[in-house]
Amino acid sequence: MSSHGSSTQLLTRFDVSPSRRRKDRIARAMILAATVLALIPLALIVYYLLLKGLGSWSPSFFTTDPTGNTFFGSSNIGGIKSAILGTIEIVALASAISIPIGIGVAVWLVEYGRSSWFANTVRFFVDVLTGVPSILFGLFIYIVLIVGTGSSYAGYKGSLALSLLMLPVIIRSAEVVLLLIPGALRESALALGAPRWRVIFSIVVPTALPGMVTGVLLAVARAAGETAPLLFTAASTHNTNFNLGQFMNSLPVQIYSDVTSPTTAVVNRAWGAALTLVVMILLLNLIARLIARRSRLA
Amino acid sequence: MEAASAPSGERSILERSPLARLPDRALKYGLTTLAALILALIVFFFIRLVGEARPAFAKEGVLGFTFGNDWNVSAEHFGALPLLVGTLITSVLALLIGVPVAVATAVYATELCPLRLRSPLTVLVELLAAVPSVVYGLWGIFFLAPKLQPAEQWVADRLSFIPFIGGGLVTIPNYFITGLILAIMILPIVSAISREVMTTVPADHKEAALGLGATRWEMIRIAVLPYCRSGIVGGAMLGLGRAIGETIAVTILIGDAPKLGHHLFAQGYSLAAVIANEFGEAQGLHRSALFAAGLVLFVLTLLVNGVARLLVLRASRPGGSGKDLTPAGRPLAEVAEGA
Repeated sequence: MSSHGSSTQLLTRFDVSPSRRRKDRIARAMILAATVLALIPLALIVYYLLLKGLGSWSPSFFTTDPTGNTFFGSSNIGGIKSAILGTIEIVALASAISIPIGIGVAVWLVEYGRSSWFANTVRFFVDVLTGVPSILFGLFIYIVLIVGTGSSYAGYKGSLALSLLMLPVIIRSAEVVLLLIPGALRESALALGAPRWRVIFSIVVPTALPGMVTGVLLAVARAAGETAPLLFTAASTHNTNFNLGQFMNSLPVQIYSDVTSPTTAVVNRAWGAALTLVVMILLLNLIARLIARRSRLA
Repeated sequence: MEAASAPSGERSILERSPLARLPDRALKYGLTTLAALILALIVFFFIRLVGEARPAFAKEGVLGFTFGNDWNVSAEHFGALPLLVGTLITSVLALLIGVPVAVATAVYATELCPLRLRSPLTVLVELLAAVPSVVYGLWGIFFLAPKLQPAEQWVADRLSFIPFIGGGLVTIPNYFITGLILAIMILPIVSAISREVMTTVPADHKEAALGLGATRWEMIRIAVLPYCRSGIVGGAMLGLGRAIGETIAVTILIGDAPKLGHHLFAQGYSLAAVIANEFGEAQGLHRSALFAAGLVLFVLTLLVNGVARLLVLRASRPGGSGKDLTPAGRPLAEVAEGA
């Protein structure tokens, strides 16, 4: 506590000594500067994505497959049609696998497991899953489905790797929403004679649905941007493919392979594909946020 | 509801018939199995990974593999030290750069910024988490790294008297630039957790500090930051876990040179990058060595994340020693997801 100069003065906020005021100002300025600093990369990334990405967008960019003619000076490198469709197919299957399982586990945790030691163990392992680097999911699927079965890469194997990645995100977010549902709602249904499964399917899950959709969409958005789990599971190819049992192209893998090219046109295609991917992910995020805003439980 | 059933008279009218109770049981045990499957999956993964990595460990020894300084594919010599060091240097750099900025952002958002700006600011920082890793790599290698290279060279020349930092030739892909990109990538998660923890600081504490005549900054320093310390540390550890496991951006930016870089601005390699880069054409012992690298990575992230979860969990339940996960503790975990 600093002492004040004269005892006759009133205690006002101006009594803070100059050195303390200076320190306060400097600290606040530095905090503000750091906040601005944090936003600079975002601005630069968005700017460059638009600058480079829009330049390579054209109708044929979205309607042709990459040709694989990436040698220096070759003019016809093609677009990213197979990559866009591949990403949609792989992520759709991954969602179809992970959403029911994820919500099922979350329902179990909240409705049955609660805080038993087994439920806490499951929570702990879900946390573990969250921390596992995404490339290890790719390795896992590789060990089990490619080494294990002696077969080759396939789109559905990529989906399985992504669904492992999505599971913990879905479980946690669904659990949070389910916990927000008032116990009185369940109890009233039970008191009316409804069996547990009906309480879960007709009361708990529908009430929590909008909130769970948000978490699911965020998980889908995250999976759509992942490269590493797809490298050794879905691999990549040039052609558009609607058979998830075959090699399958995807946007992140396409970008990754284009980045290393010495040809400017191919690198530009990577920028165009990156802009496409970011727009897709941002749309999912936006929808998730809108739904989250609409449904405020509790 | 009762109808005229229960002829035997043993079952009360309030009880459901055994048949009607079947779906209940099925659901309960079905969901329990599902939950158990998750445990089984992780244990199974760990065992298979160890199995696949065994040949490499058998040849080099566990310590020899982890700390051997020689990654030579053609000579079938696999020591993962250059990879381990690359992973650690870049992740620690990411923490050193990213955490102060992230915490400052959180402080600004919760304590200093006008209320109207708070949620746009939060959304903008979280947008950083929506950018895919491969896009960070693309942007880093074609924009950030070339733009910063002269500045890095200048710093390296000025600091040439400090070993491991200055003196050498700055290449475009290097440890520093990788750490910088990782710092940007972990910023949203560290910031989100710090912000979440800061909102739990009791208003009483802050008002007490202000009431005693503290300036805003003094209030932040004596009331907010100490209260949040373990939460912030936990958030930073989760960020560290992210940085250690980050693959594609690192593979693009670190240079993929399988040897120890002699200084901060040299090319190197990381555990995750070596897998992404070499797995496609690896055979035999090489492939086993890559699985072993994956195992080292797995164990490393498990340790870091385990400590992090513990700290965050404790921070979010100040008085809590109970085993139950309170609803208040869970949103944090959701935030930890970096959504």
